[in-house]
Amino acid sequence: MGLNWGIFFEDAPFGGVKYYQWLLDGFANTALLFVSSWTMAFIVGSLVGILRTLPNRCLRALGTAYVEIFRNIPLLVQFFIWYAVIPELLPRSAGIWVKRIDPPVQSFLFSLVCLGFFTGGRIAEQVRSGIEALSKGQRKAGLALGMTMAQTYRHILMPNAYRIIMPPLTSESLNLIKNTAVASTIGLIDLTFQAYRLLDFSANSYESFIAITLAYVFLCLITLSIMRWIERRIRVAPTAPGRSRA
Amino acid sequence: MSHPVGHRAPGTCAAQPCMEGKTVKRLIALFLICCAALSLSPAGAGEITDTLARIKQDGQVIVGHRESSVPFSYYDANQNVVGYSQEYSSLIVEALKKELNLPDLKVKYVPITSQNRIPLLQNGTYDFECGSTTNNLERQKQVAFSNTLFIIGTRILVHKDSGIKDFPDLRGKVLAVTSGTTSERLAFKMKDETKLDMEIISLTDHGDSFRAVESGRADAFFIDDALLAGERARARTPADFEIVGTPQSYEAYGAMLRKDDPKFKAFVDKVIADIQKSGKALGLFKKWFQNPIPPRGMNMNFDLPEAMKDLFANPNDKAFQ
Repeated sequence: MGLNWGIFFEDAPFGGVKYYQWLLDGFANTALLFVSSWTMAFIVGSLVGILRTLPNRCLRALGTAYVEIFRNIPLLVQFFIWYAVIPELLPRSAGIWVKRIDPPVQSFLFSLVCLGFFTGGRIAEQVRSGIEALSKGQRKAGLALGMTMAQTYRHILMPNAYRIIMPPLTSESLNLIKNTAVASTIGLIDLTFQAYRLLDFSANSYESFIAITLAYVFLCLITLSIMRWIERRIRVAPTAPGRSRA
Repeated sequence: MSHPVGHRAPGTCAAQPCMEGKTVKRLIALFLICCAALSLSPAGAGEITDTLARIKQDGQVIVGHRESSVPFSYYDANQNVVGYSQEYSSLIVEALKKELNLPDLKVKYVPITSQNRIPLLQNGTYDFECGSTTNNLERQKQVAFSNTLFIIGTRILVHKDSGIKDFPDLRGKVLAVTSGTTSERLAFKMKDETKLDMEIISLTDHGDSFRAVESGRADAFFIDDALLAGERARARTPADFEIVGTPQSYEAYGAMLRKDDPKFKAFVDKVIADIQKSGKALGLFKKWFQNPIPPRGMNMNFDLPEAMKDLFANPNDKAFQ
């Protein structure tokens, strides 16, 4: 079918750049969105995951409600709720202020919030299962030693739970990379958006989609190796005989 | 009928000039499939070079129409094909009856889409169509176009109290465009060339772009004026919006005919010229663009563009690009 890879070095119809720079811009936005929404999701997920394992019934219910809301609504719908519905529910002046934020920044912020909360709900479940996988004795031992509940989580439960959940957390991170593509529907100029634009303006559909496929795979592989590295670094002696770093 | 699709249909035409390569590739693929299908069927239509003779011989004319190209050619609540372009179709059929002296001429309607309209015309599935097909030089390599039925211009839709009257007023404003359209390209070009310092947001479809203006996210929406009128007509408060600005480009919709059939083209051209010169066309325009139309009685409230005044005075088949 005769692929024309030279297309990436041709001038784009506007902006005074070449097509490959469109893809680089898109890649930068995708990567930035991934890193920032991962950070947010990790914090939200840890907090909500902890909520779900606390002795207090009300707090547990709160955590459960959060998880069920965010994982039972399709991601695409959540994007539109954040982008189109929430600004209209705010007080009028606040809504107008939000909608007048510089458009590229605005779609980035909405994507960040949406992906952060969505992925947070999923990470919360992993954190909960990580904590619940620990023997009950660990919590009791911490409290018996005179630690507060917060200290028990901070020094005993969380360090162990995070170690346990590294593999599912890795695959959730890869999911998040792929989910960033939905942000193109609210106008974020990410890799997917640029691929469609390239398709519209140059009609080189095979080349542009092959290029972004490789870019997504590249981003996933980098993430995978970083997560594997962290996993090895934090592994404790009993689970890795002979490779203790302590 | 599905409304959202309705207004988008003409947009696919507007989008095409900038996607010619893609469209052509697709059309070639379709064409080859049709050729293959034809070669298998012994009753294949083959090459038709004299449509008038064929219609006379069969006692039947086959007319292509669109299903949701509002208000050009679409279904009303009773599944009848109606619209501004459809009126031309009916008038052409009436003229055929007289010309061929066939008062009992049978008329068969074939629904077509923007993807299959060219191959189906070429293989003889239908004889002509009046819908919302842009006449451009690229397409003239494959088909012929009659005198122009309608001319769209690319303009902007704004809030009435926005103070925006023309493109220079967009300085420092946010302009919404639909990605993949000719207007998107024009908008970015305008930004590059005029240093207007405006923000452009590209959204996935016309409905999204319109909502950007409606919700206050963008100050203006830039696309074909007929589409803007359609989006406005569907708004909650149509009166809040107006269509302004000097058209930045034009496209001509024509009836599509088979290539290399000068007799039929001359006939259709004459019918259309008569409709336009006699003032009948103005009546059609008023009926479909300035009055409530089926199926829900919405009103496009669309003023007759200058370019169309000229067209009605001097019917022609000029393509703009």
